[in-house]
Amino acid sequence: MASKANRKGNFAFNEKRRNTDHSSFLTHKGFLWMWIAIILSGASIYGYLTIEVEPRHNGGSWFGYTLGTIGALLILWLTMLGVRKRRMSAGHWSLKAWTSAHVYLGLALIVVGTLHTGFQFGWNIHTLAYGLMLFVIVSGMYGITVYASLPRALSNNRNEMTRGEMVDALAAIDRQLESAAQPLARQDSDRVIAALKADVFSAGFTARLTGAYPLCATSRAFSAFSKGQSDEAQVEQRERVRALLERRKDQLAQIRRQMRLKALLEVWLFIHIPTTIALIAALTAHIVSVFYYW
Amino acid sequence: MALLSHNAYDVSHNQNNTVAGVTLGGFWVPDLYRVAIVGSGPAGLSAAAHAAALGMTHVLLEKTDHLSDTIFKYQKGKHVMATPSNLVLRSDLDFDAGKREFILDTWNRQIEEGKVNVRFNSEVVEIAGTIGAFEIKLKSGDVVKAETVVMSIGTQGNPNKLRCPGSDAEQIQYQLDDPGEYVDEHITVIGSGDAGIENALGLAADEAQRNIVSILNRNAEFARAKAANVALLEEAEANGRIFVRRETNPAEVKDGELVLETRDGTETIPCDRIIARTGSQAPRKFVESCGIDFTSEDRAAFPQLTPSFETTQAGVHVIGALAGYPLIKHCMNQGYDVIEFLSGNLDLKPADEPILAEKFAALPGNRTVEEWLEVFNKNIVILEELSPLQMRELMLDSDVRHYGMGDVIFVRNDPGSSMFAIAEGGVAVEVNPEDTSITVPIEQGTIFGEVGLISGRKRGATIRASEPTTVIELSRGAALKLIATVPAAGRAVNRITIERQLLQMFGSGLKKDDVAALVEAAELVDVPSGKVVIEEGADDKDIYVIQRGSMIVEKEIGGKPVFLSYLPAGSYFGEMAVIDGSARTATVKAAIKAQVVRFPGEVFTALMDRKPQLRARTMKDMASRREVNEFIEGQKDSFSGAVDMYSQTAQFLLDNGLGEATDVLLIDEKLCVGCDNCEKACADSHEGLSRLDREAGRTYAHLHVPTSCRHCEHPHCMADCPPNAIKRGPDGEVFIDETCIGCGNCQRNCPYGVIRMDAKPPKKPSLLSWLLFGAGPGPGEASYDWRSKKSAKDGAAQPKTAIKCDMCAGIKGGPACVRACPTGAAIRVAPEKFLTFTKLVEGAD
Repeated sequence: MASKANRKGNFAFNEKRRNTDHSSFLTHKGFLWMWIAIILSGASIYGYLTIEVEPRHNGGSWFGYTLGTIGALLILWLTMLGVRKRRMSAGHWSLKAWTSAHVYLGLALIVVGTLHTGFQFGWNIHTLAYGLMLFVIVSGMYGITVYASLPRALSNNRNEMTRGEMVDALAAIDRQLESAAQPLARQDSDRVIAALKADVFSAGFTARLTGAYPLCATSRAFSAFSKGQSDEAQVEQRERVRALLERRKDQLAQIRRQMRLKALLEVWLFIHIPTTIALIAALTAHIVSVFYYW
Repeated sequence: MALLSHNAYDVSHNQNNTVAGVTLGGFWVPDLYRVAIVGSGPAGLSAAAHAAALGMTHVLLEKTDHLSDTIFKYQKGKHVMATPSNLVLRSDLDFDAGKREFILDTWNRQIEEGKVNVRFNSEVVEIAGTIGAFEIKLKSGDVVKAETVVMSIGTQGNPNKLRCPGSDAEQIQYQLDDPGEYVDEHITVIGSGDAGIENALGLAADEAQRNIVSILNRNAEFARAKAANVALLEEAEANGRIFVRRETNPAEVKDGELVLETRDGTETIPCDRIIARTGSQAPRKFVESCGIDFTSEDRAAFPQLTPSFETTQAGVHVIGALAGYPLIKHCMNQGYDVIEFLSGNLDLKPADEPILAEKFAALPGNRTVEEWLEVFNKNIVILEELSPLQMRELMLDSDVRHYGMGDVIFVRNDPGSSMFAIAEGGVAVEVNPEDTSITVPIEQGTIFGEVGLISGRKRGATIRASEPTTVIELSRGAALKLIATVPAAGRAVNRITIERQLLQMFGSGLKKDDVAALVEAAELVDVPSGKVVIEEGADDKDIYVIQRGSMIVEKEIGGKPVFLSYLPAGSYFGEMAVIDGSARTATVKAAIKAQVVRFPGEVFTALMDRKPQLRARTMKDMASRREVNEFIEGQKDSFSGAVDMYSQTAQFLLDNGLGEATDVLLIDEKLCVGCDNCEKACADSHEGLSRLDREAGRTYAHLHVPTSCRHCEHPHCMADCPPNAIKRGPDGEVFIDETCIGCGNCQRNCPYGVIRMDAKPPKKPSLLSWLLFGAGPGPGEASYDWRSKKSAKDGAAQPKTAIKCDMCAGIKGGPACVRACPTGAAIRVAPEKFLTFTKLVEGAD
């Protein structure tokens, strides 16, 4: 690291960087990529309307091939975001700029791809590729929507707590519950044990996405303790446990909301990416078959 | 005499054969030792070993029942490092980097083999007498007599003792090594700091030990402890695992009982063991009581020493950490050296001689190390008062360079916190960045670069050598130590800093003589964080310059203080009232602990009357400041919410360390999707460990300050780094170099918790083999499990060292955390650029 000490600084670069305006991937560089996407789509539409192709527009004309080539190259480039995201290399690139371009050029693909088809659809590999492409784009549109709308809720729900702290807070309540429940009668302590025993992190797919846990043992125990009891024995102990169960319920709710929001932010990737792989396979078949039957 | 070591020395080798003695327990004990060594750390051990080797009558007095207590207390298996690597070890004991156990075993064995006379359990309480006849009083009441004394007691100090009847009872202990060793006991912990709370929690952690643990706090709140510790303690209290007694003092320690003084009277509780953790007393008071003067009143000062380590009390020597050398190798060398000096070898060259020779080798003139030191000492004003020993120490932490005529020494806007002193030659300052031909000379013997050191800010001007010039570049640490320990040097640096800052701030046209009256009238004022310097509406007329730290400007609008602007070090304020004679229009207060220079308004007015260009310049600055203030006041009427938001967000950011930051990572949580790509990129851009924790940290109005380095102007982490491994790099980044010894001081000193101690992880399989074959842990930081298993398998376990953000310095493209954020949530900013209305309010959506 002696080289580090002797390195020359780059004042101008760092000073510019520190003065950065913070803008999102959507507004990046004054909507630069949105304008590029609009120009690309506009040019494609203009070409489609003005260029005469006999007998009619189709994928096999010179214009059709041009649009097809642009579309295929775009698809391949768009998939490279997955690599860029994971490969940390030196250089003046920004993943935000990549995301911005990915979003707008991906949307432009609707126009480029559709015009490439010449609106000729059928039950064949070509239309399958087109259909998969649209499916990927639609899932991506869901992604844009949640990326733009959910982070605020995620931040509010987190309320300055980290994942670890939420889990620790739950564990702390659990320890208190365990000792507070010691003096309770059999039936009451069974309820607490059931709440403590339930694995709060193993939730089904629907539960995770909707945030609804109808079988939650903690809620059940809480409502049982809230109802009260005919004999007035153990009033104080039961009230203490009830308060702790309420805290546990709230803590669980925060964790579950967090898991739900994270799931909503991630779930589309489980469609977007596998479908992209299927799309590339169909696209390959589409291109090979076109040239094979030329 | 109680415990005398089984090792007696060989009297026949004793050169002072005139001494009389007594036989005790079969061993002959002299009435008067040639040397008594106090403290058995690396320095004391090495001294004693060499005294034994030379056959000098000696005794090594150790407070505890084992050698080298500081290293003994290191955690088990800790890897102890041996820096600086270019320093040769000169000692009768061996030392090389290795495990704590191995090092202690080696020393124990060699001390025994070397027939060193060690006296354990001998805490020294007083050193009386003069050279040739010192009387060293021990806690037991025994007196040890010696001709000379070597003090090597380190800087740990002694724990504060309880001050109540029975405070010398056996059940009181001042340290807790293993909480697991006590069962079925009533244990009371006294002390409300982190140490006390952690001990109490440790003792109560395992219910199977059935300990009844109480903790006493003199106050109602645990204000000195970390919030996380207090939360754990309160939880333990709620569970009934620990009894927390607030506003309670120990009144008397009895057998098996402790009498408490509570708010409601006295109370007695059963108590088998007391753990007192009420801080410790620095050794300075004791050292001074032995008649030893320190170089200054400053807390960082060291005892005044001659080249042979002798203090102002003739015959008493100080070596090791107490003398200002915290590294083990230095300490051991000094132990050897001091005994050589005592045995009459006054020509001994210090062990650092070859290091200095290498440093000076590139300089012209073929001078020896000693000759160069003399030149520096004689020529450079601020070094005049230094002893040869201090000169050597200073030079170890400094660099010397020679520049030809016209060579650039540093460039304007370079970050830099070192200070230069001109030993021979002279330099020219390019005061006007537009016209490099306008220069101001700085002559031989004085300093430059001090503004960077004092303010922590970038270099203000380019400096070239105006003739062949030799300079010393004092590292930040060395320069601060010099200022703290040599008062005259401190005053000189301050004066020059004020003068240069004035000249720089108000641009060309002003000369040294013009500002002389201002410099003369200047007064340096320390301002604690949050303290008001100028109060809105007041009619004082002083003008201020921020020398270090930063200020915020506030104005009361609609009954609420509204944040107007942020002033970094190097700015001035208070000029409006001076110029137009009005009352103060806004409040200025310290954003963090700061230092300002106060100038009387009338002296400044007089200067403005003489220099119209200064008046014009000041009026221009004032007009643009007024504009900003009026803009925000204007906004307040129409967009009250936006102004409140701006004001509160700015205050939040300042509360989270932006006031002392130079480059800080912020996350806009309106954009953050929680993908943690920033952390992964951080780990993958460095050795595989993330230097940031995205989720941790505070958030206000969706603006999040994650746990990540702020690259402070005056980094807290640099304060106490034994090998001086923490430096500021050319991009302004604060980084830790490879000389880190893993002591953890920086981690403890960082108020933002951004430094982690971890071992460099093993190499991961490539991204491609992970993508295709699932090999390895994938992008980002590998789990602790994977790292420890893999490094165990590779047989390449690394020692833990301190790890922190280096701003990705040297990596093309800049900080990886920002480049890798897919949504634009992560940004890195400088406070003076970000704390503006536009940036804070009209941010991203």
